[in-house]
Amino acid sequence: MNKIHNRQVVCETLIEIAKSDKDIVVLCSDSRGSASMKPFAEKYPERLIEIGIAEQNIVGVAAGLAHSGKKPFVASPACFLTTRSAEQIKVDVSYSNTNVKLLGISSGISYGALGMSHHSLQDIALLRAIPNIMIVVPADRFEAENMTRVLSEYKGPAYMRLGRNPVEDVYSSCDYGFELGRAVTLKEGDSLSILTFGETVKTALDAAELMEKEGIKCRVINMHTIKPIDEECIIKAAKETGAIMTIEEHSILSGFGAAVAEVVVQNCPVPMKIMGIPDEPAIPGKSKEVFAHYGISAENLCKEAEKLINIKKNGW
Amino acid sequence: MNKKISQNVNLQKKAAQIRRDIVDIVYRTSAGHIGGSLSETDILVALYYEVMKIDPKNPHWSERDRFILSKGHAIDAYYCVLADRGFFDKERLQTYSQFGSDFIGHPNRAIPGIEMNTGALGHGLSIGVGMAIAGKMDNKDYRVFVLMGDGELAEGSVWEAAMAAANYKLDNLVAIIDRNRLQITGKTEDVMALTPLEDKWKSFGWNVSVVDGHDIPSICNALSKENKIDGVPSLIIAETIKGKGISFMENNASWHHGVMNADQYKMACEELDKMLEVLS
Ligand SMILES: Cc1ncc(C[n+]2csc(CCOP(=O)(O)OP(=O)(O)O)c2C)c(N)n1
Ligand SMILES: [Mg+2]
Repeated sequence: MNKIHNRQVVCETLIEIAKSDKDIVVLCSDSRGSASMKPFAEKYPERLIEIGIAEQNIVGVAAGLAHSGKKPFVASPACFLTTRSAEQIKVDVSYSNTNVKLLGISSGISYGALGMSHHSLQDIALLRAIPNIMIVVPADRFEAENMTRVLSEYKGPAYMRLGRNPVEDVYSSCDYGFELGRAVTLKEGDSLSILTFGETVKTALDAAELMEKEGIKCRVINMHTIKPIDEECIIKAAKETGAIMTIEEHSILSGFGAAVAEVVVQNCPVPMKIMGIPDEPAIPGKSKEVFAHYGISAENLCKEAEKLINIKKNGW
Repeated sequence: MNKKISQNVNLQKKAAQIRRDIVDIVYRTSAGHIGGSLSETDILVALYYEVMKIDPKNPHWSERDRFILSKGHAIDAYYCVLADRGFFDKERLQTYSQFGSDFIGHPNRAIPGIEMNTGALGHGLSIGVGMAIAGKMDNKDYRVFVLMGDGELAEGSVWEAAMAAANYKLDNLVAIIDRNRLQITGKTEDVMALTPLEDKWKSFGWNVSVVDGHDIPSICNALSKENKIDGVPSLIIAETIKGKGISFMENNASWHHGVMNADQYKMACEELDKMLEVLS
């Protein structure tokens, strides 16, 4: 199957929306190539604001634009956009409640062998603790399109996290009832639930398929909105399946797994396993190699699922 | 005088050899940042073969001059120079950019000779200010060199550091700008204009010189201690050509991190081999 870059879909969708919505502007930080925003720049040269390599400035400028009625989308590498500009995001965007959309490109470990300076494995942890900013991650091109449309209508701060790798389709069209803050159950099951987002949704589905052969019925949930998190869906999964595994292309500390655990322990404690990048500079390499190294492969997820089900049945 | 001339030829030859090594490692891994590596090569050769006080066998020697590659993406030239200077065995570069290698796409301190982990632009000068202040506090006479890209100068932190360096009268700090006039998107003057660059730095209280960044004797001259003004940090604007030495890459932004195909690799090697022959 053809793999598609989500960032390319975001650009195409923005071009379309910008046709009727004259307030849409895109800001880049010497990043229009890596963000796939060149087509937007060609189509609307006066609406692409180039800031140069200055991520703090770009977020502040976007806040000013938003305050004046524009709808800025800031497309910049996730690593720099979030940690470098943390204070601008906290104060100028979230606290001042400006209508800024942050597009964090090449997120997670997708910059592979470029090392920790280029990995963004702390962005969810950081932004999650800031009030008034939504965090969303598309799993495929259909979700990327839905998200871009909905975010362009939604008034308020949001961060869309976009991987660098092209991804396979998870959905077959845009019509699956996408709603901000409402998770999508992709596969039903009652042995355990895997909750994940972004590139690893596909890995989770592959793992669930393998488990099926072993008689394990794994529920797979795409948590495309990490904040505000869909508590209802998590509680339901905990109650109905009795075990929860989370997978994140992020540090296992204070990230997505932690967000899920906060809901689980306070509502319906069940055994959990948090898969992700441990507390170390991620090993350099291609995404696939790095994921495999940290046990995020369909085969290993099956093993982890078996362990978790064992705990569910027999206790710790 | 004759000795000086032959030494210059030797350094030129060294630079051509380093460029040849860069082409090899970049081609082998299909990664790297070749444009900015080729533009900074002569600067690194001047520093590591002539100007800096270093001991490759003792990379932590307390009296050594410090160097920070603030434009960390241009690691290819840096690795090749450090290997050739004997900081580590050149064979180790075989693993460059491979899974689990210490030789990743940006400087990191696991590699002997590398002082600081960089890769996020706009950090190096602040770190250099810290090292230079420490040198003053400890009455050491080492110097601190920081190499920045010109696109990098859009980062506000560079100017915060520039202010601090003048404030603390850091005449032991030398910043170098690889002024190749290109960044990823295109010309620096189109992306975020820097001109008048010299005046900006002068107004920040720096001792500014402009040199041909591919003329090694001029670079050495500008970097020499004699060029220092007491109580004033020094800035060298090295006018360079991005992709220098490989004609089809020169002044072409798409070679920022372009990857060569087999034909391009062959052409690049031929051009550099010819250059080496002329210099021999
Ligand atoms: C803080 C930060 N923002 C963005 C990048 C991505 N990036 C890597 S190289 C580069 C362009 C650098 O241009 P320049 O400083 O002129 O370097 P050179 O031309 O010497 O390669 C960019 C934007 C980065 N490494 N760090
Ligand atoms: Mg440049």
